[in-house]
Amino acid sequence: MKIHYDVEGGEFISAGVASSKLKKTLKQLGISPNVIRKVSICMYEAEINMVIHADGGVIDVEITPENIEILIKDEGPGIEDLDLAMQVGYSTASSKAREMGFGAGMGLPNIKRHSDGMKIETKVGEGTKLELIFNIK
Amino acid sequence: MEEIFHSVRLDIDKCIGCTDCIKRCPTEAIRVRNGKAHIMDERCIDCGMCIRICRNHAKKAVTEPLDSINDYKFKVAIPAPTLYTQFRNVVDPNIILTALKRLGFDEVFEVARAAEIITEESKKILAKGKIPKPVISSACPAIVKLIQIRFPSLIPNILPIISPKEAMARYAKKYLVRKGIKKEDIGVFFISPCAAKVTNSKQPQVIDESYVDGVISLKEIYLKLVPVIKTIKEPEILQMSSNTGIGWAHTGGEGYASGIENHIAVDGIENVIKILEKVENGKLDDVNFIECLACVGGCLGGPLTVENCFVSSNRMDRIKKFNENNKDNYIKRNIPLFDEKIDLYWSKPLQTKQVMKLDDDVEKAIEKLEQLEEIYDMLPKIDCGSCGAPTCRALAEDIVCGKAHIEDCVFMLRQKVRDMAEQMVTLAQKMPPSISKENTNGGTKII
Ligand code: SF4
Ligand code: SF4
Repeated sequence: MKIHYDVEGGEFISAGVASSKLKKTLKQLGISPNVIRKVSICMYEAEINMVIHADGGVIDVEITPENIEILIKDEGPGIEDLDLAMQVGYSTASSKAREMGFGAGMGLPNIKRHSDGMKIETKVGEGTKLELIFNIK
Repeated sequence: MEEIFHSVRLDIDKCIGCTDCIKRCPTEAIRVRNGKAHIMDERCIDCGMCIRICRNHAKKAVTEPLDSINDYKFKVAIPAPTLYTQFRNVVDPNIILTALKRLGFDEVFEVARAAEIITEESKKILAKGKIPKPVISSACPAIVKLIQIRFPSLIPNILPIISPKEAMARYAKKYLVRKGIKKEDIGVFFISPCAAKVTNSKQPQVIDESYVDGVISLKEIYLKLVPVIKTIKEPEILQMSSNTGIGWAHTGGEGYASGIENHIAVDGIENVIKILEKVENGKLDDVNFIECLACVGGCLGGPLTVENCFVSSNRMDRIKKFNENNKDNYIKRNIPLFDEKIDLYWSKPLQTKQVMKLDDDVEKAIEKLEQLEEIYDMLPKIDCGSCGAPTCRALAEDIVCGKAHIEDCVFMLRQKVRDMAEQMVTLAQKMPPSISKENTNGGTKII
């Protein structure tokens, strides 16, 4: 099954809506708590990233009995140095975002650690595409 | 399957089916069917939200009547500290404890004192650092159930320690048996501000058996205590607890007592849900301890209390001040109650309860979810509640689970009636050719 979410940019307060909804859906499917937690952490992190850096974007989720695939796409500024962004603690978040406690630089490394597969494509000036996969069984 | 016990019940005669309660239930456990509210047992966490919401007083918590203490030869009251805050102009806990004895109890032991012991034990577990952070308090049974149902991935974070009331019941029984009273003669009664604590005494999930023999609602005992309290001039010295234990009744009290740094205290079930969402998103693992209480104000705001929780909170401050000024009194009651060795830990793990799932088989669940989305798309999404479900989404869920029909939605019903009416008009226009005024021959209409 496929689910689509639109994520608005700049809305720090409402960030996390898509991850909350997805979590509820996964609970309805009886997915194991452990997998739900991993998905929650990654989805929320990605959603926040999108809000902070990219003025929103879209999230498409496909769930099969075997796995959960999440495609997160934005048309933001893209990531200049991907290797750097993958380092724990590195962040380019705006001071506004930091003041609100976001952008501590945990995003991508955290996502990588909690997903069963991660692919990232990014182009400066064009945006970022993040593909995540989680095994259900 | 074992039958599920709940303290929260419906008084069917009083319910007018107004749908107020269905909308505020944190686990979407209530539906209105045939004009009456209906609680889904497997989802109810006994938080008492509906008791508070219902203006017709149709939701209530079932507790034992005071008379039931007479089933036992030796009657013990273990009051929750919230009881102390319910009486105007009474700040000395000894007065209330003495009054309880006058109501017919042979002995009173404060749950607040056991809370202090639990605090000490909690500190030890937290220091070991084996439970994933943030550690979540297990003190509020409604929250433990909420986690079990809505946040099962957080079960490992819960502090696996028994509640103060349970600890007190165990200490009391052991102590009295040692003093020569027969175990079967002892009846331990918890005086409760809380419906969830009634439920978890009747049907504990993490221990084999509760040592609490009955739960009496604070409301009921309040009415009986008021006249007695007035007659007490010289109270007995019965208090053993200090401000640390008494403060547990209030939001933040447990965290304060344990002296744990970097902790969050949150009350009100909707606020708790927001915090637990954050924990589930991995956003609070830098916090050591989270104390979550379902009621606003903590147990001071429990559904079985009498006084407004903000007023109670003011009383709590005054009681604490009084205790500060009378520190010597409670030292006087120094009995070897806590010399006993009792187990303060859960004896079995908390099981996950996937009550939200649509089907046991993932494949089928996905199918149902797809149907659910389709149905939801058709619904007006205004969550009016007229169908008896809290939201349009919940109705869609009920429909795929075969528990409701799409026509339960008044808008869908109206739409359907309109479609039918249109069809009827079209049909009515189709006259048999013999009497039809329409002459289709040649295409010219003869009027
Ligand atoms: S709030 Fe619920 S229990 Fe009370 S009258 Fe309305 S439907 Fe019935
Ligand atoms: S806050 Fe206290 S009274 Fe309210 S549900 Fe929890 S334990 Fe019961």
